[in-house]
Amino acid sequence: MEYEAVIGLEIHVQLKTRTKMFCACPNLYGADPNTLVCPVCLGYPGALPTTNREALRLCCTAGLLLGCRINTNSKWDRKNYFYPDMPKNYQISQYDQPICSAGGLDIEVDGEKRHIRFSRIHQEEDVAKSTHTGGVSLVDYNRAGVPLMEIVTEADLRSADEVLVFLTALRQILQYGGVGECNLELGQMRCDVNCSVRPVGQKHFGVKTEIKNMNTLKGVHAALTYEIWRQVNVLRENGVIVQETRRWDPELGITTSMRVKEEAHDYRYFPEPDLLPVVISTEEIERWRAALPELPSVRRQRYEQDLGLPAYDAQVLVAEKGVADYFERVIAHSDNIKAVSNWIMTGLLQYLSESGLPVEQVKATPESLARLIALVDGRVISHSAAKDVFAEMLSHGDEPDVIVERLGLKQVSDQDSLESWVDKALEENTTSVEAYRKGKVNAVQFLMGQVMKESRGKANPQLVLSLLKEKLGKPDL
Amino acid sequence: MTELNKKTLTELSGLLAQRACSSLEIVEDILSAIESREGEIGAYLHIDAAGARSQAKAADGVRADGRAGPLTGIPLAVKDLLNVRGDPCGCASRILQGYIAPYDATVVALLRAAGMVFLGRTNMDEFAMGSSTENSAFKVTRNPWDVQRVPGGSSGGSAAAVAAEMAVAALGTDTGGSIRQPAAFCGCVGLKPTYGRVSRYGLTAFASSLDQIGSLTRTVRDAAMILDVMGRHDSRDSTSLNVPASAAVAALDAAEDLKGLRIGIPRGLPLEGLDPEVEAAVSAAVARCEELGAVIVEVELPHLQYAIACYYIIATAEASANLARFDGVRYGMRVDGEGPVDLYCKTRAAGFGPEVKRRIILGTYVLSRGYYDAYYLRAQKVRTLIREDFSNAFKQCDALLMPATPTPAYLLGEKLADPLRMYLDDMLTAPVNLAGICALSVPCGFSAAGLPLGLQVIGPALGEDTVLRVGHVYEQSCSWREKAEIKRSAM
Repeated sequence: MEYEAVIGLEIHVQLKTRTKMFCACPNLYGADPNTLVCPVCLGYPGALPTTNREALRLCCTAGLLLGCRINTNSKWDRKNYFYPDMPKNYQISQYDQPICSAGGLDIEVDGEKRHIRFSRIHQEEDVAKSTHTGGVSLVDYNRAGVPLMEIVTEADLRSADEVLVFLTALRQILQYGGVGECNLELGQMRCDVNCSVRPVGQKHFGVKTEIKNMNTLKGVHAALTYEIWRQVNVLRENGVIVQETRRWDPELGITTSMRVKEEAHDYRYFPEPDLLPVVISTEEIERWRAALPELPSVRRQRYEQDLGLPAYDAQVLVAEKGVADYFERVIAHSDNIKAVSNWIMTGLLQYLSESGLPVEQVKATPESLARLIALVDGRVISHSAAKDVFAEMLSHGDEPDVIVERLGLKQVSDQDSLESWVDKALEENTTSVEAYRKGKVNAVQFLMGQVMKESRGKANPQLVLSLLKEKLGKPDL
Repeated sequence: MTELNKKTLTELSGLLAQRACSSLEIVEDILSAIESREGEIGAYLHIDAAGARSQAKAADGVRADGRAGPLTGIPLAVKDLLNVRGDPCGCASRILQGYIAPYDATVVALLRAAGMVFLGRTNMDEFAMGSSTENSAFKVTRNPWDVQRVPGGSSGGSAAAVAAEMAVAALGTDTGGSIRQPAAFCGCVGLKPTYGRVSRYGLTAFASSLDQIGSLTRTVRDAAMILDVMGRHDSRDSTSLNVPASAAVAALDAAEDLKGLRIGIPRGLPLEGLDPEVEAAVSAAVARCEELGAVIVEVELPHLQYAIACYYIIATAEASANLARFDGVRYGMRVDGEGPVDLYCKTRAAGFGPEVKRRIILGTYVLSRGYYDAYYLRAQKVRTLIREDFSNAFKQCDALLMPATPTPAYLLGEKLADPLRMYLDDMLTAPVNLAGICALSVPCGFSAAGLPLGLQVIGPALGEDTVLRVGHVYEQSCSWREKAEIKRSAM
């Protein structure tokens, strides 16, 4: 019997606002514990929440980018439960009237196009961060109150691969929208997965489990792959799936039952009396819609059609908005679009991957990369010399001309110097010369190498090649 | 100038302006009064004599520089659930022991900026839950008119302090009657502003959609003076009304009589247990208002009989969530346990008094799965009906007159055995909170036993000017305050 998986996701995304959801504390990662706090986000007696309008805008931006309906009237609710990471022991959230409803995302998995629907997107405040060490629990309230968006999908996903493609696409769109940084490792995007299996052809869903604690996209994929396999095996052995929450263990590569909460939570939702209903005018929505950034898929098409870039290049360049933005700034100063693409795809992306820096922190400016390409195109330096220059630019930010001077990398193109090197190479490598003349055309490459060695890489390679060929004459074929 | 503690804010403001006394002298008179009577009355939980003196000196300095306002240098007592920076904010509860407020409530900041001197924190029912101040975790407050009786609650300490002349004015809060009822029991003026008129930022929340900060004073004009400072929009409180600041004193000073006003008398109030003396005093007050030029009309408030049930469902539901933050983790009392749940249980069991626990459990129940629709949702719908009762009434009249309480002050301990009996006392005051409108309690006589009786003047939302006018004109036409002086000196 064949089984298929049925998967739905609940994704929490931290919004990229300046301050928290209900108070003026800064929304920043990495500060010393309990320094970005105030009576409101600490749940002190008498403190009251006030809504961060910018967070609403970002949530609606996400809703518009994801094809949702923006509800002009929604409200806040209190979700009541006790836990040390909850300063008020209730979370201000949205229960039955969320900001966004419906919507969907198109993805392509192994050549197959799929449409994944959203159920809703709502706003809420994040909880504090706990760490447990040596029998003591420490709570850092810097994160308490950070604006969160909860995106809930319908149970439309069918495999771990689909989920990976979906989350990658979703994250890209949210980054493009300026909605959130979505760095999973920093907890800016957290994903809970609901998963069940059923025999292929069965209409109703099987019993589902909820999986938590996946901190990377790869982790999500691995956890799902395991859980689907686990559930199918249980059913094949005529067992029963227990509806429960399971924890992904990346070390052991399995999910384990959490069974922490014995009784189902009754959150006793009721409308938040300290806040007014959320009213968003249609005029506001249209203003936000007009300000939406270009979607990555649209950008990719533009690179292919308007800029004439190959599909592969376009896809690589748009993968990260910051990189695509950088690319566009370079081509504003350079006509050699393909060269720009190449330099970014190889040099820049490799540097980003090795250094772990975000593209915004790269020291080489887009203008200086354009200049570097001009130097190569103008044959001032060789391509291989340019690679060294670029490496310097990336790590130190100096201008290419300055680096070329400092490292003495200017190509030599004057006829006399070139001739003397070529003549020397020809004299010292008569076997290769013979071989070439006898028809071994590739021997010229070896001779090229000798000339470059003699000139310490400074000889202009194109001129050397033509000079060599001229002096060698036509090979006898 | 002696016995400055017996003066009204209006009188003190004048004396200070004329340099006939200093702020420090006022503070000293109040501190003397506290020294002689506080032991018997128990109105205060915390007195800051040194702080008051130093604030008074600073205020006198401001006055010397010519920068004084009408309230500069006048002392104010504060109910124990308002955050005053650097002071404990205990809410008369053990669970907040050790908590020192790191910030000023907006109201406190406004009054501080107006130059008022903060001299102490008054006793109350724990977390404002009660109608007699007997639920304080620390002490009982006695009614200055008869120390065997309750001062009312939950702002009992504030009312008793003003009545016993141990304060010239005090802040209180009113969620279901907690300013108006103690004002009536203690023979002072108690004002509950329109919901949203005064910022709740810094007020430890009991019931978020019902709470309002107000005042306990000697006269209606005094209440208007304080309202003019407190009645402002506050962007930190999302339920704060974005309307122009209160200008009640000017409106009140322009009022000579009640001509042109229509006063509504509700017919058929569900008033079992209305004391005949209260009824008589209120009727006499209505007649007086008619003499003063008001036209009396009868109105109906058909859904008031459901107000108590409605109030106790909504208030406790909101309170169950508002009090969840008291868990021993970040501030206040902590009783350690094994793990968070144990910590919560032990801390809250030790820290909360029985009435608080009762209301938290009730509130949790009415919100719980399976019961939400039958209780909480239904209560909110009934609330709409009550609000509509008042809106309809105010189409026919400008203000309503009713008793503030069904009886005068009862004996300490008399209603403790049956909490429900005490809940019923809120019958006349809680509907006002449910509707979010304003109301004033003003003295209208004494019982044969010498206990104060209170008249309640109710106005529509943002109708403070009308309510204060009715109260002021009535008060000025009577001599209840003089009679009170006589009775006091006879005690």
